[in-house]
Amino acid sequence: MTNALTDQDSRIAMMRENMAMTTEIVPWARAMGFQVTRIEKGHAWATQPFSDGLVGDPEAGVIHGGVITTLLDNLCGMACSTAMQEFHFVATLDLRIDYMRSAEPHRDIQAEAECYHLTRSVAFCRAWAYHETRDKVIATAQGAFAINQARPAGSPML
Amino acid sequence: MNRAEQLQGFLARVPIVQTLGMHIEIKGDDMTAVLPFQKKLIGNFTIQALHGGAIGTFLEMTAMAQLFLVSDTERPARTINTTIDYLRQGKAEDLYARATVVKLGRRMASVRSEAWQAERDKPVAVLLAHLLVKRD
Repeated sequence: MTNALTDQDSRIAMMRENMAMTTEIVPWARAMGFQVTRIEKGHAWATQPFSDGLVGDPEAGVIHGGVITTLLDNLCGMACSTAMQEFHFVATLDLRIDYMRSAEPHRDIQAEAECYHLTRSVAFCRAWAYHETRDKVIATAQGAFAINQARPAGSPML
Repeated sequence: MNRAEQLQGFLARVPIVQTLGMHIEIKGDDMTAVLPFQKKLIGNFTIQALHGGAIGTFLEMTAMAQLFLVSDTERPARTINTTIDYLRQGKAEDLYARATVVKLGRRMASVRSEAWQAERDKPVAVLLAHLLVKRD
């Protein structure tokens, strides 16, 4: 029998079936209101809907950079989970965000994250935030994530 | 209205500041930001750790606020980029932060902010931000 903790494909299948759960169990992700829209091996996509409470510049009505930090950080973590053969928790070691252009007011933000290299102890990820396509990017992120070796028994694996 | 009052007035109008629930305490040019613990700030509930994104948002806002406090621009600076080092797990407790303007140039500024909990010399995370200072 396949097990989502030890088998990558069954874990990805389970995450796809429970896409909404992947953010619902993360309180701060729920507060931001973004939703995961697609999951592939080592990749994850999400949508951050516009909301008045996320604005960082009241004059321009633009979403705060910190919201993009949360979105890309969280999505990178998810890309890590789908890249690993066995499930392990990951913790962000560092994250660098470059803001290419302001998000447009009252518009949703799309995001994509990729885990492009994995070692026993570290996962390397990059991510993009944009309105329509990655050609016109709002922000990019690059980060290293520490892979927690201990896997608490009975812990949720999403 | 002095610079500190201007800053407090601005922060009171920023929705994400209210969503986070953070506030700042100012004594002259000395500023400490406070993020009182709330359950919604959690990122991993199994280990009750603060979300890295919440910590990052708090640190970026602290950097921007400190820069505004010591500069003379009409509007707050815009962030060019941020690099965040996550040094320790953020526990389910209040988080504090202070920022230092490392360099204030004519167009760019470099600001470093640091967050801690129970012990000041055990930082939870450090952020380095480059910001675009608009002078009109």
